[in-house]
Amino acid sequence: MVSTLTTSLADVASSGATLRAFLHGLPGVDRVGADQRAAMLGTRSIKTTAKAHAIDLAISMVDLTTLEGADTPGKVRAMCAKAAHPGDGAPRVAAVCVYPDLVAVAAEALAGSGVKVASVATAFPSGRSSLEVKVSDTALAVAAGADEIDMVIDRGAFLSGDYTKVYEEIVAVKAACGDAHLKVILETGELSTYDNVRRASWLAMLAGADFIKTSTGKVSPAATPSVTLVMLEAVRDFRDRTGRQVGVKPAGGIRTTKDAIKNLVLVNEIAGDEWLTPEWFRLGASSVLNDLLMQRQKLATGRYAGPDYFTLD
Amino acid sequence: MSRLSVRKTYKLYIGGAFPRSESGRSYPVTSAKGDFLANASQASRKDARDAVVAARKAFPGWSGATAYNRGQILYRVAEMLEGRRGQFADELGGARKAALEAVDAAVDRLVWYAGWSDKIAAVHGTANPVAGPYFNLSSPEPTGVVAVVAPADPLLGLVSVVAPAIVTGNTCVVVASEPSPLPAITFAEVLATSDLPGGVVNVLTGRQAELAPWLAGHMDVNALDLTGVEDADLALRCEQAAAENLKRVLRPTAGDWTADPGLRRMTAFLETKTVWHPTGV
Repeated sequence: MVSTLTTSLADVASSGATLRAFLHGLPGVDRVGADQRAAMLGTRSIKTTAKAHAIDLAISMVDLTTLEGADTPGKVRAMCAKAAHPGDGAPRVAAVCVYPDLVAVAAEALAGSGVKVASVATAFPSGRSSLEVKVSDTALAVAAGADEIDMVIDRGAFLSGDYTKVYEEIVAVKAACGDAHLKVILETGELSTYDNVRRASWLAMLAGADFIKTSTGKVSPAATPSVTLVMLEAVRDFRDRTGRQVGVKPAGGIRTTKDAIKNLVLVNEIAGDEWLTPEWFRLGASSVLNDLLMQRQKLATGRYAGPDYFTLD
Repeated sequence: MSRLSVRKTYKLYIGGAFPRSESGRSYPVTSAKGDFLANASQASRKDARDAVVAARKAFPGWSGATAYNRGQILYRVAEMLEGRRGQFADELGGARKAALEAVDAAVDRLVWYAGWSDKIAAVHGTANPVAGPYFNLSSPEPTGVVAVVAPADPLLGLVSVVAPAIVTGNTCVVVASEPSPLPAITFAEVLATSDLPGGVVNVLTGRQAELAPWLAGHMDVNALDLTGVEDADLALRCEQAAAENLKRVLRPTAGDWTADPGLRRMTAFLETKTVWHPTGV
């Protein structure tokens, strides 16, 4: 542990052996402690004006996502309209997240709105393809106008200990991104342990990730509060070491306003309030937006809202 | 050696489970003579909100079940109630004979409504004559989630407002009689063991004046039955709140629950859907 925290990060990736030594030298995560702390922070009571502020902040952090085989240009355009104007004075969301072939549609629909276009890439969601295919998948999305790329790591390589392969893939995709921001999806549901989550977080950050993201949304469990906590600790520690700030995006399984607000509490308590902006924290979700809008309306009108009065998506 | 009796904790019935009130509150319930009977949960607006969510979740399954199936389940509720005749008579208290008669009347009321499940469409729907080569059919459809304020009669009154709401495919949230809520929770145990899907009936106990306005204003509630509201001012406020999303409202009535109920309570929570069919297709 001590050795890892004092080695120079510049040489860490110079060979497979140093990378492995560094990642395995990271302090282990106390599973019970992490679960308990995340659960304890989830009991904070956020009410009235603080809640109204939290709801608007959460809306502005949403990456409104549709990643279905059945996605059509029409559905993406409808979602973009909702992203830019969620309704009733609610702030616009942070980004719209689609598959690469629909990026052009989203980019056109969102032009001038301030909402970013994010695209998954690199053989999402499994990441099972060659590096060439992953890089050209990324280039396709960037050429179509994506501002942000959500890549998946090769979990098979990671779990078999081939950290260099994962590292080099991230570096290659980062190069293909150009000016686009790179979010690296760790797919924590497949990493089995919190120690692995911490290692994958550091690996992604060392390789140049602008954001680390929990999950694809296709695997359960997705973004549990404990996993988000471990990742927030990683970005906090990484900034302490290097001065570079990396964002966090929990995705999948965030369905209610309560879940969203719990995430904001985690960010504030673990990473700090520098992360409490859409620039550094995102919520990957789709259904949570309607719940946030319903809660917003409840606060405004004093009566419980019904889903009949909000768009389906 | 004397044995300590094990007493029942009266809780709420939401989504097929028996949770305590989210607020942790309870209130003492006394008999007509003023003797303490038990503490009942005092539901909050958040329990009402959770109950509406449960009722909404149960609606597609329950309204999509065949009318025959819904009728069978109501018969089953009647059977289970009959099996607990003695328990309900004890809980209703008062004169034994009158209590047993009230339980019997409740069982009969359930059977009566159960029989209507697959007949109401025949009576209340029509084949409309139209000037064209079409069939034109009107059929009754359930309206959705019904919020019910149950009358003071703790068992027969409760059954007489719940059965007509659910037999046609609605789901409901019931605020039980405020002074005598205990039979409502025991009736929920009957519902829970009768193949009635969780969430079709949700029972709240507590203050009518606290719960009814929240249900009346809830935008995901489609109809409001104010039968048990005795305070005219409260009824008026509820009706005004219900207007916001055009809920169907059944106004308070002081009814004789032993009388023939008629179809009014079923048709109050039905909507008529009319469809055109080209002939010969």
